[in-house]
Amino acid sequence: MTSRSAVAASLLDWAVVRPALLDSLKKLSPRQVARNPVMFVVEVGSALVTLVWLRDLIARSPGAAPAWFTAAVAIWLWFTVIFANLAEAVAEGRGKAQAAALRRTRSDTPARRLRNGREEQVPATALRKGDQVVVEAGQVIPGDGDVVEGIASVDESAITGESAPVIRESGGDRSAVTGGTRVLSDRIVVSISTDPGESFLDRMIALVEGAARQKTPNEVALHILLVGLTIIFLIACATLVPIAAFSGIQLGVTSMVALLVCLIPTTIGGLLSAIGIAGMDRLLRKNVLAMSGRAVEAAGDVDVLLLDKTGTITLGNRMATEFIPAPGVRTEDLAEAAQLASLADETPEGRSIVVLVKERHGLRGRELGAGHAFVPFSAQTRMSGCDVDGRSLRKGAVDAVARHVASLGGQMPGDVEAAAARIGDGGGTPLAVSEGARVLGLIHLKDVVKGGIKERFERFRAMGIRTVMITGDNPRTAAAIAREAGVDDYLAEATPEAKLALIRAEQAKGRLVAMTGDGTNDAPALAQADVGVAMNTGTQAAKEAGNMVDLDSNPTKLLEVVEVGKQLLMTRGVLTTFSIANDVAKYFAILPALFVAAYPELAPLDVMHLTSPWSAILSAVIFNALIIVLLIPLALKGVRYRPLGAAAVLRRSLLIYGVGGVVAPFAGIKLIDMALTAMHLY
Amino acid sequence: MSTAAILQAIAFVAVIALLTRPLGAYLYRVYEARPPFPATLGRLERLCYRLSGVDPSTEQGWVAYAVSLLLFSALSMLGTYAILRAQAGLPWNPQGFAGVAPDLAFNTAASFTTNTNWQSYSGESTMSYLSQSAGLAWHNFTSAAAGMGVALALARGLTRHGGPDSPRTLGNFWVDLTRSIVYVLLPSSLLIALFFASQGVLQTLAPSLELTTLEGVKQVLALGPVASQEVIKQLGTNGGGFFNANSAHPFENPTPLTNFIQVVMIFVIPAALTWTYGRMARSQRQGWALFGAMLALFLAGYGVITWAEHRPNPALAGLAVDQSAGNMEGKEVRFGVDATALFATATTDASCGAVNGMHDSFNPLGGLVPLVNIQLGEVIFGGVGAGLYGILVFVILTVFIAGLMVGRTPELLGKKIEPREMKLATIYILIFPLLVLPLTAWAAVSPAAGAVANAGPHGLSELLYAFTSGAGNNGSAFAGLDATKPFWTIGLGVDMLLGRFFMLLPALAIAGSMVGKRAVEPGPGTFPTDGWLFGALLVAVILVVGALTWFPALTLGPIVEHYLAGAGKVF
Repeated sequence: MTSRSAVAASLLDWAVVRPALLDSLKKLSPRQVARNPVMFVVEVGSALVTLVWLRDLIARSPGAAPAWFTAAVAIWLWFTVIFANLAEAVAEGRGKAQAAALRRTRSDTPARRLRNGREEQVPATALRKGDQVVVEAGQVIPGDGDVVEGIASVDESAITGESAPVIRESGGDRSAVTGGTRVLSDRIVVSISTDPGESFLDRMIALVEGAARQKTPNEVALHILLVGLTIIFLIACATLVPIAAFSGIQLGVTSMVALLVCLIPTTIGGLLSAIGIAGMDRLLRKNVLAMSGRAVEAAGDVDVLLLDKTGTITLGNRMATEFIPAPGVRTEDLAEAAQLASLADETPEGRSIVVLVKERHGLRGRELGAGHAFVPFSAQTRMSGCDVDGRSLRKGAVDAVARHVASLGGQMPGDVEAAAARIGDGGGTPLAVSEGARVLGLIHLKDVVKGGIKERFERFRAMGIRTVMITGDNPRTAAAIAREAGVDDYLAEATPEAKLALIRAEQAKGRLVAMTGDGTNDAPALAQADVGVAMNTGTQAAKEAGNMVDLDSNPTKLLEVVEVGKQLLMTRGVLTTFSIANDVAKYFAILPALFVAAYPELAPLDVMHLTSPWSAILSAVIFNALIIVLLIPLALKGVRYRPLGAAAVLRRSLLIYGVGGVVAPFAGIKLIDMALTAMHLY
Repeated sequence: MSTAAILQAIAFVAVIALLTRPLGAYLYRVYEARPPFPATLGRLERLCYRLSGVDPSTEQGWVAYAVSLLLFSALSMLGTYAILRAQAGLPWNPQGFAGVAPDLAFNTAASFTTNTNWQSYSGESTMSYLSQSAGLAWHNFTSAAAGMGVALALARGLTRHGGPDSPRTLGNFWVDLTRSIVYVLLPSSLLIALFFASQGVLQTLAPSLELTTLEGVKQVLALGPVASQEVIKQLGTNGGGFFNANSAHPFENPTPLTNFIQVVMIFVIPAALTWTYGRMARSQRQGWALFGAMLALFLAGYGVITWAEHRPNPALAGLAVDQSAGNMEGKEVRFGVDATALFATATTDASCGAVNGMHDSFNPLGGLVPLVNIQLGEVIFGGVGAGLYGILVFVILTVFIAGLMVGRTPELLGKKIEPREMKLATIYILIFPLLVLPLTAWAAVSPAAGAVANAGPHGLSELLYAFTSGAGNNGSAFAGLDATKPFWTIGLGVDMLLGRFFMLLPALAIAGSMVGKRAVEPGPGTFPTDGWLFGALLVAVILVVGALTWFPALTLGPIVEHYLAGAGKVF
């Protein structure tokens, strides 16, 4: 974890920037630059000006621009390309560093492969899909796969950051394990589900590498617009030479290339791929692996969120709210027994029982004397408890406790069973408490809506996103929780089929649907949804079906995924606006400089009062290059996301990046011109 | 700005605004609901279908629509070319004019087919009455109707509820064409022509009169069937005058009232089409947003021309000339600065090209406005139909940029704007400068273009204006050229044809790709395309795209001319 948080700590870490600097020079290769037509034009222009400079060195034609000017323009044009490359390289570097930290955990893992019933030691990298490996307590799981035999508790903190161990067992929805996690207890056999280089991590790493990255539809559309603008400016600049010749003005190559490069949208053109990569990287930073850039973009467009109630809307852990004693048992006795049985239980449910006892019955937690033994929760017994002063106290699922007392010759009273059924019907969870063979009563655990979730849904509503709660509860309970949580709609008694039908119905209305899921029976819905976030704890089938995997298995993350998607589009939008708005000032800097020799009357157009035509053109070129570097942090971080309505967001962005984009370069170019003048470069 | 100019603007805007809704509703009824007057006009419509063998109930996809339009335009262009070439042997030629030269006939046929009506000839000394009425007036109706067809097709593409099962058709070109003529252009032309005749606009088949003036000099007074052409010239944003002097000629535009009505006629259909679009989009605010954006750009242009033309003509500075009326060079004393400014703004906003004064003689900044109006893409109300489909392409562009900024894949009327539409919209935007700038550059350096009447920046403006007017299908001129040279007749002919059809095809293709998309109901997260914010943004995008494209060339033309005039240098 340390290496990853270190990367996250600073945006432009030297460890990332240093290799990026080298990369940005490597990326000057025309074949690489040609993928980005805007920057390719700049590179061709840079080469052209460099050639002009060389020609001037050898045979200077009369009336040519001063050599220092041509050289300076050439250098800054090259810098423009390098800066754009740097943006991409830094974004890639950050993504790679992130992914490498994840990958490191399992590169050297030895694996105990099962072949014809015999074990053999092989490196994890040699494992193929379908291989079976044995992992025992203390060992690292060598690759992604499914548990096919046994049950074990697994420490997944290496990828999730969550320290509490989780149970993984064969069959069912908790069979998936991830490479790099550690088995804490027991022994399992894992069937490896991916070939080397195809795991989620490998795919994610490919996605943050610019070369392998597929452009998303929206990025393609923007690219078309940028290329269109570039062509317009190419024509405008190329035709200006004969048009000016009509007025007896000879325009030099250097000045025309400078004008062209300043006008074409280099700012957004140079940062576009960095924005895309940074979007993937931001998700990765939130411990979400996206399978494609398209999925991230779709997240920004989502109209409907299908949210599982448990874990997303309500605390995954239910809270104790009530004690229901068995016939003939005093509530105080039940409460006391429940407290004792829960003292060592560090789960939120356990703690909530202790708290409830304290609040309702004034019984404080006590120091137990010697001679007590805690019985920890185990996956097999599904009970925990405490043996103290000769009493054997247990609490757990009603059926587990029933089996437990039955084995001791006791019996679950009918009244208690009826009460348990009532609690279940109401959407709650009953826990039974027993002492020896005697059932004392029930603890009523109830759903508690997460704090702040209501406000969050309101923000989504403001953005036009509808939230639908999915729950297996009956409609009455579902309605109550939905009201409390403030979701727009709910689907009660949801079956996988109903979920799938709901997604299809929404999509038929043209809406984009996002959902989270973990079970195998979620797989069809995850595949159908436009954005399907599978929980890392979920089954392999669920993970294959979705287009994102949340390593933390936190369903609330969906909301953040949507925000990252929106941020991605917004960052592109504002930088495009900024880039185009910049052109106004550049026109006012360069055009008077080009024509003022022939038409001194054009001086009023030089509103910035730049020192000389040379310094004016050079200042515009330098500004054009520097602005790319200055905006790299914005491209990487994304614009700040505000949950406002579309019109409000637009007004803000237009003010900052539209109006600001017009004004800023006037100031910037003037400052650079003053600096050049101070250095006697004019 | 003078009080008179402001009052004139208020009256004009009020009349246009009042006519927009009823005419827009009428147009909606004609094209999208049940056309009115089934017994009279309906019979005529059905007769047209019977004669041409068109089945009005079948709809066309964008390709079929485009092919029909191209086929129709090509055939009628050929027909006009033939009439012009053969006019010597055809009836209604009392002056006995010879056949029109091949390159001029090509230029004229292209000009009228494309709704440009650039005239490299003087009508009264070149064209027989048959050529005027059948060869040219025919196009005045059909080219306008074809433009309306494309606008309707694009509006249908954007507004129809798409879906996987819905048909991907955009209407039927032949039906749109026929209805535009039968229900809109023909009846209104008939009625207004009668009114014009009552005001003194000529309508006669008599030959020209030879008169002896008071000074005893012989003078030929050209006559002809003017009124019948005059209405459609304005109403169809054609602009090709019967006489060379166009609407400055007293026989075309005799009174201040006809002058005002002529300007209203330029804008009335393009303005009404914004309402029709709103109706089709089931939200009138969508239409009014376009109307508002167009109106703002119109008022800006009108303000600048009026201001510029009320200033004295720098060429007359220091002479004993009373310039208190403003720059009166090239203006009719009958109309004065204000009425000429209004006409010049409207005619270049709306790709009409009719004139009641010489744009060439405007002060530099006054002359800048007509040029810029055309260069903004002829979307300020624009040509009949062409204005609506033009501004809708800008709407797509605006929605795309704005949509990104609110963090959603951009949508227009609930339909997503995807790479294909962006590609087509970009092509649409590109074609115009791609034609005008290289052709202007060529004219600037090629000896084939011949001499330009004026040197320096004004000469450059004349070259730039000619190709801008051609590709923008406007047809007004800045004079100064030897426009009968093959360089100009053929160059401008190609300029006009490509400027019309290469822009109309991407517009139709956008319609074709949008019509199949499913429209999603708008929510608070959708970027609204019907408020003032969107209108303002649309204006900004139109201005920015225009300014970025044309600023360098304009700097060397009218802008530097303005500064030079301030320094006492005129051309």
